[in-house]
Formats: sequence, C-alpha cells, structure tokens
Amino acid sequence: MRLEPRSHVPLWLNLAAPLSAVALAFVLCALLIVWAGAPVFAAYGALLNGAFGSVFAISETLTRAAPLIFTGLAAAVAFRAKLWNIGGEGQLYAGALAATYFGTGLIELPPFLMIPFLFLVGAIAGGLLLLLPVILKLKLRVDEVVTTLLLNFVVLLFANYLLFGPWKDPLAMGWPQAAPIIDEGVLSPLIARTRLHSGLIWAVFFAVCAWAFIRYSKWGFEIRAVGNNPTAADFAGIPLGATVLRTAMMSGGLAGMAGVCELAGLKGYLTLDLSPGFGYTGIAVAMLAGLHPLGVIASAIFIAAIYNGADAMSRAMSISNYLADVMTATALLLVLASVLFVRFRPRLR
Amino acid sequence: MDLLDIFVSLGFWAALVRMATPLVFGTLGELICERAGVLNLGIEGIMTMGAMVAWMWVYQGGDLWTAVLVAAIFGALFGLLHSGFSVYLGVSQHVTGIGITLLASALSYFAFRMLLPDVTTPPKIDPFKPYPIPGLSELPFLGEVLFTQSPLTYLAFLLVPVVGYGLYRTPLGLALRMVGENPMAVEAQGIDVHRLRTAAVMLGSAFMAVGGAFLTISVFDAFYIGMINGRGWICIALVIFASWRPGKALLGALLFAAFEALQIRVQQSASAFIPYQFFLMMPYVLSILAMIVMSRRAAYPKALLVPFRKGER
Repeated sequence: MRLEPRSHVPLWLNLAAPLSAVALAFVLCALLIVWAGAPVFAAYGALLNGAFGSVFAISETLTRAAPLIFTGLAAAVAFRAKLWNIGGEGQLYAGALAATYFGTGLIELPPFLMIPFLFLVGAIAGGLLLLLPVILKLKLRVDEVVTTLLLNFVVLLFANYLLFGPWKDPLAMGWPQAAPIIDEGVLSPLIARTRLHSGLIWAVFFAVCAWAFIRYSKWGFEIRAVGNNPTAADFAGIPLGATVLRTAMMSGGLAGMAGVCELAGLKGYLTLDLSPGFGYTGIAVAMLAGLHPLGVIASAIFIAAIYNGADAMSRAMSISNYLADVMTATALLLVLASVLFVRFRPRLR
Repeated sequence: MDLLDIFVSLGFWAALVRMATPLVFGTLGELICERAGVLNLGIEGIMTMGAMVAWMWVYQGGDLWTAVLVAAIFGALFGLLHSGFSVYLGVSQHVTGIGITLLASALSYFAFRMLLPDVTTPPKIDPFKPYPIPGLSELPFLGEVLFTQSPLTYLAFLLVPVVGYGLYRTPLGLALRMVGENPMAVEAQGIDVHRLRTAAVMLGSAFMAVGGAFLTISVFDAFYIGMINGRGWICIALVIFASWRPGKALLGALLFAAFEALQIRVQQSASAFIPYQFFLMMPYVLSILAMIVMSRRAAYPKALLVPFRKGER
C-alpha cells in the first residue's frame, strides 16, 4: 500500500474519519466487555444511561467535561505549534496550588474580581511551570516531552509536601487537604441540586477565545506556521523562539486554569486527588478534536461521557471502570491513524 | 545515620545494584528503539504491562521464568502496535508513544481488576529468590553486593555487553544503527527499513516489559496501580544521559540507583530537617539535570522521530 497526499480534503471525510475511528474503538472495547462476561448491548446501554440518561447524569458529564476542555485546549494549542507539552497534569496542580495560595484568605476581592483573579494566578503558575522546559528546549535542545513529564511528578510531590505539611488544614480531621477557597472565589452553581458550576462557561469561553486567537490573530497565524513548517516559518521571518514561548505560556496557562476550575468549582479545597489524570486525558481530547479549539468542547464532553458512563456501568455490572481509560486510549490511537487517511489517500500498488 | 556509615554498609551497595536492574532493562530497551530511529514513549505503559502480566502469570500458578518470557512477549506485541503506527503509518512518534502508554497501562489495570475482582489488599506471590553464584558469592564485599542477587539482575547486567556487542560488532547491529541515522542508505542496501525498525522496537519493548516484570516478581511480590511511577520516563532521560551507548547506560542506571538507595537511607535520618517528599523528587529532578548536563554533547540519532516513506525524500 502506498500513501499519496490529498490536494483537497472534503468536509465529510474530515468528520467521518474521527467518527468511524471512535466507532471502531467501541467495537474493540466490546471484546473486553465480552471477556468480562457481560452482555455488550446492556453494558453500553448502562454506559449511555450513566452519561446522558437524566438531567443529573448530563450535569455530571458536563461537570467532568469542564476541566477536560481546559486541558484539551492546553494540548491542542501546544501541539499546533509542535510543542509537545505532556505536562498538563503538573500544570493543573500548579494552577490549583497558586489559587489555593491566593484564594484561601490572602487576598479578598468581590466575586466578580476574585474569580478572574484566581484564573489569572492559576494560568500564570501553569505557564511558569512550562517555562523551564521551553527554555531548555530553545536554548539547549533538551526534549520537552521528557522534562514536562518528569515535572508532573515533581509538582505532585510538592503538593503532597504542602498538604501533609504547612498547608494542612487543621480543621480537616487529619485529612491531607488545604483550607477551603473563600466564598468570593467559589464558582457559582449552574443548576440547583447538581454539581455543575460556572467553570463550564469559563471553559467554553476560553475555547472560543483560543479558536478566534489561532484563527484570526497574527500570533495565532505564527503558531500555525511554526507547527506546519518551522523552516519555512523561519525563512518568512517569523520569530521561532518567541512563538514557541508564547504558545507555551498559553498552553501552560490553560492547563493551570483547569486546576482552578476544579478547585474553585467542584472540590472547594485542594486535595491530592484533585485530578484523576485530566492532564493526560487532555491529550486524547485534543487529538480527538483534531487540535481544533472548538472541537475540543465536543470531544471533552464525549470523553467525560465515557468516564461517567463507565462509572455507572461498573456499578451496574461487574466491569472495571478502567474500561473508560482503555476506550479513551484506543480512540486516541485510532483517531491518530484516521487523521493520516484524511491527509493521504491510500493506493494499492 | 552518617553518610560514611551508609557508604560502608553492604546493604546500601546491594540495594543499589537491585534498584538499577529495572532501569538497566528499560534504558537498554529504549536505547535499541532510539538507535533505530524510533522514540518509544510507550515505555511507561509497557513496563506496567510487563509488571502486571508477569505477576498474574505467577499468581495463576505459572513458573517464574515463563513469566519473564510472557512479559517479554506482551512487551514485543505492544512494540509491534507502536511500530504499526509510528513506522508503517508514519504518524507522530510522540503521540503514538503517549497513546501506547495510556493503552497499555489502562489495559493492565483493567485486566488486573477483572481477574481479581474481589481483592482489596494486593495478594502476594513467591518472587525470585537471590541466587548466590557458587564461588563468587564467597568473595568478601563483592560477593554480597554483586553475586547474591536475583537471577534477573544477572540477566540485566549480562545484557549490557550483549547489546553493546550486537550493536557495534555485528552486521545486524550496524544496519540497526544505520537505520536510525540514514534510512535511505539502508534502503539502498536492499534492507527493508520498516521491518528492521519494527524488529528493533519489538525487541526494545520486550526489554522494557521485563524491566517492569522485575519489579513485581523479584523486588516486590505484588502488583499495585501506578507502581512504575515514572521509571519509564527516567529511562528515556537516561538514554540521553548515556549518549545512546549501552555501557554508559549501565553507568547512568547505577548512578541513579545510587541516588535512590541513598535517598531512602538519608530520608530516615534527615526527615527532621528536610521533608521526605523532597527526597522522592530527587530522581525526577536529577533526570532533568542529567539532560541539561549532557545536552551540549547529545548526539541524537539523525533520523530519530523522522518517519521513512519509500520514494520520498
């Protein structure tokens, strides 16, 4: 088989490729359900029901989607410029740490200022964490994949130290958790008697911002140019280093805001299980969306639905909810392959 | 405990050699992949998979050495999957690797939970016992440190010269190094670039899986969620630190293990001044430092990350 580049990609193919990849992922994971000894259709029914079956289920899915939109955007923006930021998890915690530092009484502002302020400090913290890997990449050509991955562990251990040490809330009955975010900083609930909070609005807002920025701004154009062909971009006079640095600050900032969103919207105080791997799942979200910021909204909701649905499924029948991780990873790999068939036309020799 | 006391204690040196073992397997495996031009970020997940299947094999009544083989086979299969995407389809090696890691660890945890649904505390198995090598283990000091180890540790240390010899003294090794530098030249020799790279990734991934297996069927006797804990990523840093050379990879792994063994011992006495979390950060921080130090001399294989498509330049 030979691959030849397509000169024109029809719209239907752009949509059909990822959708069929996702469908195939469901088929493959059905084999695992069979292995687990459960009826496939009933299991997927339970999954669908758990994700969208009631107002409460939908609210839970959207609640889970909010941080995934942020981490998905973080990965999408960075990958657009071929900056492989795999440190979303660490940046998420960095954002949450900063928001905890400023938001638990150090600074008190009215809510309409306090919430943007928390997002801002979270974004700055997330961006700063990515600064070291980017400088190392630009100055010393140290691979950013490994450095961002390793920093995830460092940040989590640092959070661990703070939560077991100086930041431990004495009122928390010995649990390792920090003091709660002050009331002015808490994201307001959207629907009564659900956990859905305005973090989702913020996430969608930033997705639209990121889309408009990449689509219409000069810096956004530079990001795309550097990602598509760094040599040509350099030749055209686009500052490579500055562009990568700007991309990194955006990406790290978005991941940091994911931490603020979870902290101020859902948990209320920092714990070590703030994120069940949202930073890593964000990579799958971004790839599923074809690195398109608006697509990230849809794919984050989809992945959140899989996770929430799998939780419900594992409660209903004896299937481990790690199936959600398997499905996400399978979908990621298959979408990766499908994208190739969008860009190239397979020809039999 | 004093630093000096630590350095003269046999336990420290023996622990160092033990802790270096999974890193040696993982680093050699990653080195083989990268020498062939494929960055294998699947390492973390492949090690998890190796750890899980080997443990499960023994838990279900299998034999320890067969468990090593089973781990290697599973590792090679995920290597095959990796190269299906990264070599044959030529998609981004970064994203492929992350995808393989996510898939392999998720499948490991899923299978572990499905095969042992009702267990809350991880059950234990009978792991490899230290095997004193007759004669050599009688030596003072060295006998205890080097020659009273798990058989898998001997295997890891033996593999270093074997891989070195294979890479530098055999035609296959020459071809493998060349495919990472100049795949066009390999193609011109009439060798199938894709097949050679696939073979290298499969072999390397088998090594990684055995490194993971060492943790569950030799050091510990149980499998935990998240037990690889970044060891795979450290191996990737170690490959850079080692300038893609097997001998230096061994050196790097030993150096790292020394810090880890030291860290555990200092942690107990120094925890009054320095919180233990900072000691646990050491391996990750050191990995980053190691990459910074070696960055100027890092001679990446020229075709690393570059997919090869026939008839394209």
